[in-house]
Amino acid sequence: MMRSMLCGAWLLAGVVAAAAPAHAQGSGSPTLDAVRQRGQLACGVTTGVAGFSLPDSKGVEQGIDADGCRAIAAAIFGDANKVKYVPLNTENRFTALQSGEIDVLIRETTWTLGRESSLGALFGPITFYDGTGFLVKASAGVKSAKELDGATICVQPGTSTELAIADYFHRSNMKFTPIEIQNLQEILGAFFSGRCDAYSTDSSALAGIRYQQGDKAKDYVLLPDIISKEPLAPMVRKGDDKWFDLVRWTTYAQLTAEEDGVTGKNIDSFANSENPDIRKLLGLEGDLGKSMGVDNKWAYNIIKQVGNFGEMFDRAFQPMGVPRGLNKLWNQGGLEYAPPMR
Amino acid sequence: MSGTAADPRFASVRQAPRRQVRLSWSDPRLRNVFWQVVVIGAVVLLVWYLIGNTRRNLEARHIATGFGFLSQSAAIPIGESPIPYTPSVSTYGRALLIGILNTLRVSVIGVVLATVLGTLVGIGRLSKNLLVAKITAVYVETLRDIPVLLQLFFWYGLLQHLPAARQALHPIPGVFLSIRGIKLPDLIWEGAHSAAVVAFLIGAVLTWMWSRQAAQRQARTGRRPRTWPVALLLLIALPIGVWAALGAPFTLDVPALRGFNFQGGMTLSPEFAALLVGLVIYTSSYIAEIVRSGIEAVAQGQWEAAFALGLPHGLVLRQIVLPQALRVIVPPMTSQYLNLIKNSSLAVAIGYQDIVSIAGTTLNQTGQAIEGVAIIMAVYLTFSLSISAFMNWYNAHIALVER
Repeated sequence: MMRSMLCGAWLLAGVVAAAAPAHAQGSGSPTLDAVRQRGQLACGVTTGVAGFSLPDSKGVEQGIDADGCRAIAAAIFGDANKVKYVPLNTENRFTALQSGEIDVLIRETTWTLGRESSLGALFGPITFYDGTGFLVKASAGVKSAKELDGATICVQPGTSTELAIADYFHRSNMKFTPIEIQNLQEILGAFFSGRCDAYSTDSSALAGIRYQQGDKAKDYVLLPDIISKEPLAPMVRKGDDKWFDLVRWTTYAQLTAEEDGVTGKNIDSFANSENPDIRKLLGLEGDLGKSMGVDNKWAYNIIKQVGNFGEMFDRAFQPMGVPRGLNKLWNQGGLEYAPPMR
Repeated sequence: MSGTAADPRFASVRQAPRRQVRLSWSDPRLRNVFWQVVVIGAVVLLVWYLIGNTRRNLEARHIATGFGFLSQSAAIPIGESPIPYTPSVSTYGRALLIGILNTLRVSVIGVVLATVLGTLVGIGRLSKNLLVAKITAVYVETLRDIPVLLQLFFWYGLLQHLPAARQALHPIPGVFLSIRGIKLPDLIWEGAHSAAVVAFLIGAVLTWMWSRQAAQRQARTGRRPRTWPVALLLLIALPIGVWAALGAPFTLDVPALRGFNFQGGMTLSPEFAALLVGLVIYTSSYIAEIVRSGIEAVAQGQWEAAFALGLPHGLVLRQIVLPQALRVIVPPMTSQYLNLIKNSSLAVAIGYQDIVSIAGTTLNQTGQAIEGVAIIMAVYLTFSLSISAFMNWYNAHIALVER
């Protein structure tokens, strides 16, 4: 008895001693170290929203959120496929991030002050400027959100949509009856069967849902009113600044590449570029990657394997007919703007 | 067993000889005390560690704590609410209160209906009529074996195939059946109605006093005076008389289709209806078996003895068999009631906003998961302990009085 306890104590001491130097050699980011050790990025995504993350016919996640996960994996491992997708619903997404089950949440999540201050989380750059909209049946003959007084509205609980429509109806002095079901397929079933007059969520997701109806898409109308600002951004835990840097500069690298005209197809033709900005971006010059704890070719890997921001956006949303709108680059009339990479 | 142990005549014989506790490891009593102190100490340390650890981690992650959010205004849209509520104006505390009331509403109605339906099906299984016995047997065996969540989805799915509001079914004037739920005319409440309710309550108390009087007279003289005409007078004629004296107001708020939906009247939403029907049908299949086994547990000799006295069938069932069966039925019934209340939390899946649904949204909007879950746990614990306490009291009340 005594002997085995002693043995246990020595074993424990050995483990602690072995673990300590390994930690000291790390990148300075516990999350990055954990990702490297696991060999995979654990990325929280939706349970299936076209345009954001939805498995295709081969079971591969497609969409702007899924590509966001790939870009981070490409930066860390040089391999965009080293991602473990964790499908999360609107109610368990924050708990999954807080508890460390996932490393980053890229799940069409709206950046709000309340979430940043009380959830212990930080939001990265806005990857999609969205707004709450309404999808109604064409047969209802509704032309504007102002005509929705007294309507029954389907909405998912735990979303910022819920807050937005409560505020909108209160502000407009109108009444509505909510139907709140958490499961996306169930709430859509309730809307399609006519239990609700309107389904409300981010207008991009509504466009995706309408697109998924195929031939029946014309039976549904997306109302022109956008009743709230919904800036969607990736989310990380507070307290790991180096990890936060990596997540946000991954998006900025894609934006910078688009601004400089670097795409996944033509990137190798820039190998002999004289432009110092492009040389820094591609890791031909300077130590920007090393300073973040990753390879200097990190941005090259992102763009080569996932593409620049515009390519990523078009791949996800062009088939659905969602206009780029506010998500254009700043010099093309949009709001997407990356700080200089130098 | 316990009766004999409490008998004072055996006290001196049964009692173990008293011994001093020795401060030695070989004394079993000292060892008992020692281990109990160790176990309790370990539990207290563990709880203390968990609380401390949680607090440290919440602070380290900058997650807000405390119950201050209860008085903040809540932007939770709520579909069905028994008390006034305005999203973006009312507080989280009020939203949670509505959740509790909604859970109570479905639980109380569910428990009553499940008991009635379960008892009928249980008696049906003992019927000599082969058709009734087989149908109830199939009812019990099928419904017990299908998970309750699936049953809820089934009922909710079924209700979604009702016609749209504009083509609502209209079986009786003022009643509309559509995908938006069942719309019923609502009575416009006035002072006379409240007075009638008060008169009914007074009548109930008087009826109870009269029936006690009757029981006493029966004990004295062997003859029981008739109670039902008095009860009829006090319980029905008195309230109606009061209502009529105050002008007999009777105005109905009849639902009418306006805009998207029916306005006015009373609504039974599809979410509530699906949850209630699902829970009642599922639980009643268990209650039926409890009732059947309770009745079968009464010895055949009891029936035969009662019939030998020449008592009619109904009286035998009511006065001889059921009182004995109840002693077997009540304890397992308690756990069925608790199951029904806890299963009502599946409401989340079909969009009925019970306490779990509203607390879930609250903790999502405020980010205070620990407080939200603590509230849910406290609510269910309170409900369950109250039901248990009541059923224990009732069980003791009907228990065999041992002398």
